[in-house]
Amino acid sequence: MVKVFIYPATSLILSDLVARFGHTPLGSALGIRERIQTPGLESPPLQISPEEPKKGLKYAAVEVPSGVRGRMSVYGPLIDEAEAAIIINDADLAFGCMGCARTNELIIFLIKKRKIPVLELTYPKDEQEGIEFVAAIKKFLDGLGGKK
Amino acid sequence: MTIYHPRYRGTVTKYVFIESPDMTPADLAIQAYEIAGGAMIKETCFGIMVTGSEEEVISIIGKLRALDPSHIFVKDRGFPPGDPRRCRANLGGARPGFFGHEFEMCRIRNVSAGLERLAAEERGEVSEAPAPPEKSRGKRLDVEKLKKIIAKQVP
Repeated sequence: MVKVFIYPATSLILSDLVARFGHTPLGSALGIRERIQTPGLESPPLQISPEEPKKGLKYAAVEVPSGVRGRMSVYGPLIDEAEAAIIINDADLAFGCMGCARTNELIIFLIKKRKIPVLELTYPKDEQEGIEFVAAIKKFLDGLGGKK
Repeated sequence: MTIYHPRYRGTVTKYVFIESPDMTPADLAIQAYEIAGGAMIKETCFGIMVTGSEEEVISIIGKLRALDPSHIFVKDRGFPPGDPRRCRANLGGARPGFFGHEFEMCRIRNVSAGLERLAAEERGEVSEAPAPPEKSRGKRLDVEKLKKIIAKQVP
């Protein structure tokens, strides 16, 4: 079973397909769940504490806005843990404020820098593209080996 | 500063989405209640949420997925159901994350078509493998063409 980072990290389609084909999807829910289930001081809504931007310094320089560093403290450890990644390039749902946009760019940069196997796709617009999309993901995941 | 006491510690929550011509979210919920055991089932308009120990949730999801494999989709959720920081009952308006799900649910029938094709291949009904998708980045503007456009603009 290989740990596969998914981008967009909240993607239902990628999370489902990776798990369906026998691997572990690494998405934002795992990072958020870890924070939500850890006791400490209340820091709503996501339990992102003032400590998080400091942890994010491992992934982004000090002059980078704290919003990016805070987000990277969630995604960075998942990217470090990942053994492969699937990226959807035209993900409109990942659109957000400048913090989200810069974090998204940094996430894709860090994935490519790690030199792990990466599959880049776009969302399927019709059924034929859907068939190609699923076949490409299946082929990529089968090629990773380590299936359960 | 308030001390934070997490609810449902050590549990896992997963979303189960259904987009099927043969089953409704209510049918899925009834099936889930039958096999829930000690796990918590929360009905939603798109399917259900299952909360419980990891083994319990994985077992329930495996059984639910078997009902309609090409049309049931599962993903992890960070928050437990009904959490006041996420539940729209407390916030008003769409739940954070709704727009992402809405975006993907509009495309999910294309993924279902892909999964059905894969199942047909496994049954030996289709032999021809689908072609790989075209390169994801769109066609870029040629440099020479850009130069011509710039030259046209210069008086």
